[in-house]
Amino acid sequence: MEKILSLQDFVEAAAAQGMSFGAYALKAQAVELEIGESELAGQMFECVEVMRAAARSGLRGQKTRGGLAGGDAQKIFRARAQKSYINITGDIVSDAIQTALAIGEANASMGKIVAAPTAGASGVIPGVLFALEKPLGLDDAAIGKGLVVAGVIGLVIASRASLSGAVGGCQAECGSAAAMAAGAAADLAGGEPAVIAHASAIAMKAMLGLICDPVAGLVEVPCIKRNAAAAVVALTAAQMALAGIKSFIPADEVFDAMKSVGASLPPSLKETSAGGIAQAPTALAWAKEHLHAD
Amino acid sequence: MNLFDIIGPIMIGPSSSHTAGAVRLGLLARQILGEEPVKAVIDLYGSFARTCKGHGTDAALLAGLLGWRPDDGRIPRALDEAEKSGLDYSFNLAETGEFVHPNTVLFHLTGAGGRYGRIGGVSLGGGRISVNNIDGFPVELSGELNALLTMHEDRAGIVSAVSSILAEMRINIAGMRVFRRQKGGLAAMIIETDQPAGQKVRPIIAAIPGINSVRLINSIL
Repeated sequence: MEKILSLQDFVEAAAAQGMSFGAYALKAQAVELEIGESELAGQMFECVEVMRAAARSGLRGQKTRGGLAGGDAQKIFRARAQKSYINITGDIVSDAIQTALAIGEANASMGKIVAAPTAGASGVIPGVLFALEKPLGLDDAAIGKGLVVAGVIGLVIASRASLSGAVGGCQAECGSAAAMAAGAAADLAGGEPAVIAHASAIAMKAMLGLICDPVAGLVEVPCIKRNAAAAVVALTAAQMALAGIKSFIPADEVFDAMKSVGASLPPSLKETSAGGIAQAPTALAWAKEHLHAD
Repeated sequence: MNLFDIIGPIMIGPSSSHTAGAVRLGLLARQILGEEPVKAVIDLYGSFARTCKGHGTDAALLAGLLGWRPDDGRIPRALDEAEKSGLDYSFNLAETGEFVHPNTVLFHLTGAGGRYGRIGGVSLGGGRISVNNIDGFPVELSGELNALLTMHEDRAGIVSAVSSILAEMRINIAGMRVFRRQKGGLAAMIIETDQPAGQKVRPIIAAIPGINSVRLINSIL
């Protein structure tokens, strides 16, 4: 059994040392991994570069491998360039949506991505972090530090619950990604350590109960658009936490609740494509036409 | 589990089990064969068969057989590259089979030197895999550690001869299992080691009387 981690412990340790959550996480993880802080930062920098390339390649508008999706990131990118574009979400949220879609599509088109925390939810964290690049003036090293914050939150969730859709439903994949991204965003925006935990808890609470119901078993519908929605949830949660809004339920207890909700979900709603929209008539008709039956 | 399992791995999408895990299964099968594969008949079962094209499982398995890793940008082109490099391949999408796990593959491989290997494995999720059958021997190999595979006659002294050679070469044994079909017949041994055994060790072990073949299997992580 791996050790059960607590986000509250990380928050208290960072606060006790007078460090930001991100600075403490980097220091503590370098010790944990038995490598130098600069080496850890270097590895995270490499992940940022892969994410950036995936975000770019996803804008090319290619059809996904399964053929259910593709081209949506390019659609929003092009629409935004039009004078007639009605910007109802503002630029930061539009950026998050665009990047999350782009990486989701790059993943489904056999592009190179960083599974963070999984391949199916790989658009959420870069969607949020790249959207904050301009408004917060972040460079790639700062975004890499954000990945360490996200990673520590992911480690806590993995130890208390799960990051797998087959075990916990989509709340374990896109939900965890949103909780990780929200905490990272709050840290990069200068939030105190406690704010990171509140952001993370608020994001996960908004995602609790989300099922995993991929049409035809492919990481395409509804996964790609759910990445975009989860990125927006993360920004919403970080914004609340940065304003001083607290989660009534502490983050660790929210993660525990996610585990128990996941256990209560029937197998049909956990990546088996036996329930949810995967069983919608349109989904079944497509699968019948395009998939090898078993 | 550490930070790099959460932020990572860097991989070709779309699925850690159907794509990254499939590359690793191919890579392990290639090393188990111990020769450059020139022919591959690949049986797919369960969801490996169902989402094969959509998750690029076919390309991923071939990429592994070509010796590529899960983050290799050439993976989407692996079918063409396999053809170009002279790997004659075919896929059978099986309806049902002797295997029960939903992500199961069975490779029938022929090497450049004529060696035939029948290697079965499963993708367990998150990119983790297990090879569970080599030439009819029920085995367990995750590919996480470096390993040695021997095919040998089932008789007294072979296991200790191999382990004392490894001890002399200062290679620590992390795990060791012996498999046989029947007493006194052909046996297989998998030795997982902390240090890679290296090419120097291979001829020394191969020279032990009763050893038929020795294959080095590098960690696929």
